[in-house]
Amino acid sequence: MSKVLDQTPAPRAELPKAATGIAGLDEITGGGLPRGRPTLVCGSAGCGKTMLAAEFLARGAIEQGEPGVFMMFEENAAELTENMRSIGIDLDELQRRGLLVLDHVHIERTEIEETGEYDLEGLFIRLGHAIDSIGAKRVVLDTVEALFSGLPNHAVLRAELRRLFRWLKDRGMTAVITGERGETSLTRYGLEEYVADCVIMLDHRIVEQVSTRRLRVIKYRGSAHGTNEYPFLIGEKGLSVLPITSLRLDHVALEERVSTGIAGLDDMLGGQGVFRGSSVLVSGLPGTGKSTFGASFAEAACARGEKALYFAYEESASQLFRNMRSIGIDLARWEREGLLRVHASRPTLHGLEQHLVHMYELVRELQPRVVVVDPISNLSIEHHDLGLKATLMRLIDFLKHQGVTAMFTSLTSVSALSPAESEIGVSSLMDTWLLLGNQETNSERTRTLQVLKSRGMPHSNQVREFVLSARGIDLIDVYVSGSQVLTGSARVRAARNAQSGIPGGTRGQ
Amino acid sequence: MISLAAMLDAPPDAAATTATTPEWQLKLYVAGQTAKSMAALENLKRVCETHLAGRYEIEVVDLLVNPRLAAGDQILAVPTLVRKVPEPIRKIIGDLSNEERVLVGLDVRPLKQAP
Repeated sequence: MSKVLDQTPAPRAELPKAATGIAGLDEITGGGLPRGRPTLVCGSAGCGKTMLAAEFLARGAIEQGEPGVFMMFEENAAELTENMRSIGIDLDELQRRGLLVLDHVHIERTEIEETGEYDLEGLFIRLGHAIDSIGAKRVVLDTVEALFSGLPNHAVLRAELRRLFRWLKDRGMTAVITGERGETSLTRYGLEEYVADCVIMLDHRIVEQVSTRRLRVIKYRGSAHGTNEYPFLIGEKGLSVLPITSLRLDHVALEERVSTGIAGLDDMLGGQGVFRGSSVLVSGLPGTGKSTFGASFAEAACARGEKALYFAYEESASQLFRNMRSIGIDLARWEREGLLRVHASRPTLHGLEQHLVHMYELVRELQPRVVVVDPISNLSIEHHDLGLKATLMRLIDFLKHQGVTAMFTSLTSVSALSPAESEIGVSSLMDTWLLLGNQETNSERTRTLQVLKSRGMPHSNQVREFVLSARGIDLIDVYVSGSQVLTGSARVRAARNAQSGIPGGTRGQ
Repeated sequence: MISLAAMLDAPPDAAATTATTPEWQLKLYVAGQTAKSMAALENLKRVCETHLAGRYEIEVVDLLVNPRLAAGDQILAVPTLVRKVPEPIRKIIGDLSNEERVLVGLDVRPLKQAP
């Protein structure tokens, strides 16, 4: 996860910050939460506040060597420890190592009678003692608002909370205070009034039956920050926030060219294939051979001795292997040799963002040189999903930074007026765009291929015919007859005529 | 359960009865010698002498001296009076200035006439 952080633009003489260690969050905030100040994290129930807070503490302790105190008002220590174990963080061990104190503040309204004046000095002493016992630098109060239901006198409580946040600041604690979202205000009891330095809002919504969590930095006094809503996930390795795009376009453009695995196509692209680290879109109607292009591309990489990663969202790995074997592409062999990894899953299994995170994790783990995503159009149930473009943009940026050459296949909708139209959203992100088609003439169907664009290289403007043979994809030489390019049986006839000396066709390219 | 902490301000007659566990065991949590904590202790002593004479024991816990007890006994507000025995545990927060509320909180039936 550190690679993402490396791209963070260096803050210029800004507030000192405390890195959260949460992937993506440090990028949005330009380095982390304001050091020595409280941050309010608000959101509705189940949106991940506690997880964010706990990860902030645990990562601070593990990665930054900053011990922390977690004071919880709702969950108890055993529950939290169990929840954190699911993302690979062992709070028990941190406690043993003196890096963490968990304190469960239990308040039962029914046990408490109130008479006369009081203050919350007990809470201060308690927190102060915990801080001193391990030399804590970070504090989490999760969800301090629970006090409002436990203590009847809200005037006293408000005054004391104000004092508490001030006190945390005076002690130089980088603190996260969580708050339940209110109906008209950010938090139910208006905590934002007291914690003014940094406010982060979490949100959990369901769109098309797929849940998406989002995070937004509402304010960050004295610092620039990303203002968008960013999707985030709670995955196997904890929270990850996905910035819509990397803030800058600064990947290095490589000069090296790689073969697409299809000799004829390489020829169309100036004879050398595509640039390494570029992205290729292959779009076409159903049955035009998109997956085959993807498989050829992956196979070519493996044949060069490079690792390839194939995301299959329509077929299982074994089905893909069987189908490709029929046209002479033996993917199973490369898998056995450890050069190819096929990751097949149902697109509906997760939301887009979750797919993206899986992709990130796999790419980081395997370090492939070539990635095929087959198809991207299936990743989104909704056809004109704004999220798809954003997700792809992030994925492409990420792959480019890694120098990975990527091929994406995309199913064009049959209803679209022109096949090019349905890809308007994502095609601009791609460096090379291939369009596959079917020409129906004279009761026969001919597969065609054209290069709609290919940045930075001369490329053929012809619509080429190709066939799927036992040797994979074969581009047929262009047959020009007069002013016409001949395909299918017309070409075969013209070729036969040419051989027998009847005029009518000339070979060309 | 008899605490080992010093029973600073417990009245002598209560201390004398430690051989047999007193019927009422009360703990008063304070943070230093503040006006609120002094008031709470005085108010508490008065209520106890009036209604529970000879049957109670008061232990004063100063959290500034023993900060770890704040977490152990779930104390947030000070002063807090905790009735440990008889069970169930009950807590009264504040300076205990309202005798009626204190008696309700402790669940003590007030005596009609002073002893």
